[in-house]
Amino acid sequence: MSEPGTAGAVASDVRWEPEKPLRAIIATVPSDSHMWNLVYMQLVLEEHGWSVNNLGACPPTELVVEHCLAERPDLLVISSVNGHGHIGGRKLIRQLRSHTELDYLPVVIGGKLGTLGEKNSVFVAPLLSAGYSAVFMEAEGLEAFLRFIEAPRRVELVG
Amino acid sequence: MSSSAADSGFGQYVARQASAGRVVVQPRMGFSAAERMREGLLAVKRAAGSTAGTITLDSYTRVGRHASAMRHLDEELTLNGYPIVAYGPEATRKMLEGVAEANFPIQVRHGSADPRDIFAAMLESGLHASEGGPVSYCLPYSRMPLAEAVVAWRESAELLADAQASGSPVHMETFGGCLLGQLCPPGLLVAVAVLESIFFRTHGLTNLSLSYAQQTSPAQDREAVAALRRLAEEFLPGVEWHVVIYTYMGLFPSTYEGAQALLDESVRLTSETGSERLIVKTAVEASRIPTIEENVDALERSADLALHVRRMSQADGFYLDVYEPESETYTEARALIEAVLELDTDIDVALLSAFERGILDIPFCLHPDNRNDTRSVITSDGRLQWLDTGRMPLSQTRHAADALTADGLLASLRYTAQRYDNAVAR
Repeated sequence: MSEPGTAGAVASDVRWEPEKPLRAIIATVPSDSHMWNLVYMQLVLEEHGWSVNNLGACPPTELVVEHCLAERPDLLVISSVNGHGHIGGRKLIRQLRSHTELDYLPVVIGGKLGTLGEKNSVFVAPLLSAGYSAVFMEAEGLEAFLRFIEAPRRVELVG
Repeated sequence: MSSSAADSGFGQYVARQASAGRVVVQPRMGFSAAERMREGLLAVKRAAGSTAGTITLDSYTRVGRHASAMRHLDEELTLNGYPIVAYGPEATRKMLEGVAEANFPIQVRHGSADPRDIFAAMLESGLHASEGGPVSYCLPYSRMPLAEAVVAWRESAELLADAQASGSPVHMETFGGCLLGQLCPPGLLVAVAVLESIFFRTHGLTNLSLSYAQQTSPAQDREAVAALRRLAEEFLPGVEWHVVIYTYMGLFPSTYEGAQALLDESVRLTSETGSERLIVKTAVEASRIPTIEENVDALERSADLALHVRRMSQADGFYLDVYEPESETYTEARALIEAVLELDTDIDVALLSAFERGILDIPFCLHPDNRNDTRSVITSDGRLQWLDTGRMPLSQTRHAADALTADGLLASLRYTAQRYDNAVAR
């Protein structure tokens, strides 16, 4: 058998592992059956020292809320690529923010959130005012997300 | 149905074409408007080459939300497929008038973990061919517990078996050779395809097809299809079966030429391995859903290329026997199949127990009933290989899941698209 090449796994000896890792839940919107984006986000978070509970494809909104109430994670990541993320994402954050116990929770959403291509940026403001702490559009890449998870926080919109 | 119905089936049609040296080509096509669905089917029927029709269902029907599908139809909103249950058998029979016949069979494609309503509507509409499986349409695409999907699929298979007993030419394809579509080493794909076929055979179905999705290495793909054929011979006595190849299901090349080259390789794979049917993609697949005309172009091009390849193969003697019979894929698949069958004499119980114990474990699959301990990697020569075999009973075990990085995964997901784009850029 040949050895894994550049196309595959790379040994990661630089992984940062703090004493008590921060905990994240990864989920998507109920209509989204894509899985690879969720697998990728889990690897990204784990490489940055997070411990992850990945709820997988098509989770009912109630299931996501239940997990957040039970686990009280440090971050909830909603990743969606089927183009309906802005719809399911708004419903989800509304339900989640109706629980005052979760006021503390930073919740971010990202991916391919609409079907408008470059104009998907029109969904950013409504998602923020609905209660997300940050919105990451596909075109921005990972940079902004990585900066956010260095210091995740619940951002209150002013005005 | 009369006894002549036996000749009009999907499997019988594919067998006739195969004995005449022709690969049957088939699109993935589904429209919510009945006239458009009919128009699409007729265009595929008229296309040059041996074609089969496809009716792909919408996502509401897939998850059993027929009232929602109906509401969309009433409001004349577009769905992403044909809602066969919401339309009801009369409307579908009308849509199919003069379309379906012995030399143009049609398959219903649905993606459902519980297809009971779909199969009932399909049979009442005069359609007898479908696809899927208790594992392959549960773990990758739903959250339904596997135990529920197995019961739903047993009842679905029995529904079809009843129709078969009263003379209907039923055909069922396992989607087990595709699973998540990519990054699953072929040994497991072949094993699940054979195991789901055993499930269908156990529940009375005698005319089947086994799928295999094109992966990352042309040589390994040929080895895998040879293994699939040999194992089907060994484990499916009394079943008439054929093999269906799927053009690459992951990220498609971004250049037109790269996409075309990847599609062409799937045609060669089909033809050179003696596979009887091909589910074709189009070169525009990366950017958008293809039009009817683009689908027809891709079908005609594929059918034509398949004939050329067959002629060349005959001249060169380039055939299946160049692949060693005891290949890695064959050995792995056989080990998995035997380990599962040893768990219980009841295939339903054996499948459930296999996933519970991790004897079958689909890499990267996040479904709660999949252990998700296994990982795969693409080697420098393009082959898919286990990075972590989890608890699967393979002779060569490996436990290096931790070596997989986010960048490594991304590179694997982009491997095929980049390889074909780079090759045509030279």
